[in-house]
This record gives sequence, C-alpha cells and structure tokens, in this order.
Amino acid sequence: MATSITQSAVERADSAAHALPRYLPDPPGTHPPLDFADYRCTRLRHPTQPLLLLPQRLTEVTGPLLGPGRVGALDNDLTRQHDGEPQGQRIIVRGTLRDGDGRPVPDSLIEIWQANAGGRYRHKADTWPSPLDPNFTGVGRALTDAEGRYEFVTIKPGAYPWGNHVNAWRPAHIHFSVFGRSFTQRLVTQMYFPDDPLFAHDPIFNSVPDEAARQRMVSRFDLANTPEQWALGFRFDIVLRGRDATPFEEPHA
Amino acid sequence: MSGSLAPSETPAPTAEELGAHFDGSTPSQTVGPYLGIGLPWPDGPDVVPAGTPGEVRIVGTVYDGGGDPIPDAMVETWQADPDGHFDHPDDPRGRVPGWRGFGRCPTDDSGAYTIRTVLPGALPGQAPHVDVSLLARGMLHRVVTRIYFPDHADAHAADPVLASVPEQRRRTLIAVPVGGGYRFDLRVQGPGETVCFDL
Repeated sequence: MATSITQSAVERADSAAHALPRYLPDPPGTHPPLDFADYRCTRLRHPTQPLLLLPQRLTEVTGPLLGPGRVGALDNDLTRQHDGEPQGQRIIVRGTLRDGDGRPVPDSLIEIWQANAGGRYRHKADTWPSPLDPNFTGVGRALTDAEGRYEFVTIKPGAYPWGNHVNAWRPAHIHFSVFGRSFTQRLVTQMYFPDDPLFAHDPIFNSVPDEAARQRMVSRFDLANTPEQWALGFRFDIVLRGRDATPFEEPHA
Repeated sequence: MSGSLAPSETPAPTAEELGAHFDGSTPSQTVGPYLGIGLPWPDGPDVVPAGTPGEVRIVGTVYDGGGDPIPDAMVETWQADPDGHFDHPDDPRGRVPGWRGFGRCPTDDSGAYTIRTVLPGALPGQAPHVDVSLLARGMLHRVVTRIYFPDHADAHAADPVLASVPEQRRRTLIAVPVGGGYRFDLRVQGPGETVCFDL
C-alpha cells in the first residue's frame, strides 16, 4: 500500500498543523537523565546516540483515551480485592491529574502498583525474605472524574532492600502510570511519602536533578481527607506537560 | 463500607496548594522490575481483536547494550487506523469512534514482545508509522521510537521524520517482513542502536 505524498497532502498537513495543540517542553532538571551511574542498571539501558527531535504531529498530540471499560468497581480499593483485609496502615491517596496550565485531565486511566506493608511485591522476581500477604495483590486502577480527581484506598507500602549498592533500600513508594490526553503526555512516576529517611540514600529518587521537582514526587499528609477512625489521607497531585497558549479551535466531531 | 469519602466530597485545592504543584511537571521515574504486576492487560497486545481483516503481528526482542535481552520491559504502541485517523478530539479531521490504536506488551523472559494490529494509514505529509514507548527497569524515563513498514518505501523518501535521521540509521526504524507480519527489534544501546526521539 504505497502512498504518494501530493502537494495537496502537504497543504492539508500544514493547515492541520495550525489547529493542533503544542505541548511545551519541561524545564531542564525536571526529569532524570537516562544515563545515571548511581542507578547501576541504567548503564546498559540508555541510548548512547543523541535523541532526535520528534515533531509534534497528529500521532504525538493524540493518544489512547481509555475509558470506563478498563476499570472495575473495586479496582481503586486495594484493601477489598480479597476475602480478608491486608495487613498494614490503611491509607487513602487522593489527588488531581492536570496539565501544566492547571487544566484537569478528565476520564483518564491511572494505574498503580506497589509492595505490601512488609515491602514485598507479589512478583516472581521478588524473593527477599519478607512474607507475601494473601490479602494483598498491590495493583489498582482508577479513572479521573470530570475535575481530574482520583482516589485510591490501599495500605502504606514498606521499604525494601535491593542490590544496587551496599545496604541499599528503596524508600516506600507507589508506582503511578498515567496517559494524560496525548502520546506526548505519557508518564510513569513514583509517589513517595513525606519525611522518608531513605530519600538521601536512594539514587532513583535523587536521579531527578531539580530539588523542587523531586519534592513534587512526595505526597503530603492530608488531615482534611483523613476519615476519623479509618485511614490516613495523603494528597498526590500529578502535573503533565502543559500546552502553549495558542488558541485552539475544537474540531467538529 | 470503606468509610472513605466520595471524590466529589474532596475539598477543592486551595490556591496555595495549586501554587505548590503547578510550578512544574511531575518527574518521571522508572517502572522498576515489577511492572509485570501492574501494567499488563489480558488484551494489551491486541490493538485489534483476533480475526480482524488485515491483521498482522509485530514481534520483536528488546536488547540492552551488552546484547542481552531485556526481560522486564514494556512496549507500548500508538497508531492511526488503516485510513490514517484516530479516535481523539484533538484531531481536527474528526474522530473514528472505537478505534483503540493502542497496544502494550510486556517482554517475556527472552525479551520478546508481540503486538496484534493492522497497518496504519498514511497521515498528512507523513508515511504510515507507529509511535512506540519503551519502559523498563533501568530506564528512568521512557524512550520513544517509531516503526515504519517496508510496504511504504515510496512514502519513506518524503517522510520528514525519516529525513531527519542519518541515512545509515534509518533502517533501525523500518520493520522487517516475517511470516504473519513484521519483526521490529529494539536495540537500546550499542551496534545497530535503534533511533530514539525526544518530543
């Protein structure tokens, strides 16, 4: 199925380009480098050739809009996926998914995975001597609402040792995967907990060059969202790349 | 009852809270070694259901800089439908309701992945292509690449993205025909390193 590029196609491309959103780059220091010696396994897993610039065209400014069909009623409550309740400190994690302009990202899939209260993942490759919890899988999904808000009920994950360096321990964290509105906004990150003494020793946390950016990965204790006699509340807002201010005409569907 | 509040009861964030969090984007972090519990879906590799006319498989292996397969990676794909359209409100040409366009497959113990799809159509001014995100333990940020198909060699000559790639590296972006579809290996580092993009 060979395709010939005609003049009119190029013109259409140009005209379409005027109507496409444009996502702004994040400031230097926001994201970790791919080559980061302190996190040893980056050594053979980073490109050594320079990255080329991919222009933001139709494929990059669109993206999967994965809706309600992906999320079951209990998928955002990791404490109710088994017959019994998991061990550990029950927590509620709430936040908003927005872009850099403060615009909420509604109806958007958020996926999380985490270790249990003892710091053990339900994964065949995790074999350190801390017990699995028969009542905890450690996987959740949620959809943001019309205002970009999400909520998970889970337990606070434990820290765990890993082989990166002598006596290396990961600070407690929850993995977050979000799609946003476009391929360009795809983000996987980790949510941390306030005042973790392991921060200073963790190369993954410290791979983010900018101190203020690092702090954006740390959730905040949220007394206002702490139901009495039930669970500790934490707030974790996620901000994706913003769009530039060029007016954008919504197309007629 | 879980005793939790409904999201609609969540107090609106204060201006101070907004200010604290809108001074920049949330940083990327690695998926780590245990992505396999959190990200795979049973139908993840199926951009289209089995039996779809024109169905092809894109298979491949992800290699590290030592030439070893990466068994803890996730390959995600995003593409137009066979007519070059998406189901997305930001496409000014309109949407194709129900076109998923997205596939994801974790690599297995041998570093291999499979995506079931149909060939994308051409986009205005661009040859047919599939955008790819590669996520893995040891990658603090996803890397992005593109798959092109040998069927569209004529269009490749005029494709602006391929034109930006040094000629000797372009072949790393073009899938190879195999039975039932195509092979697209990802070499993260070293000889034959796959071209990766920033966007």
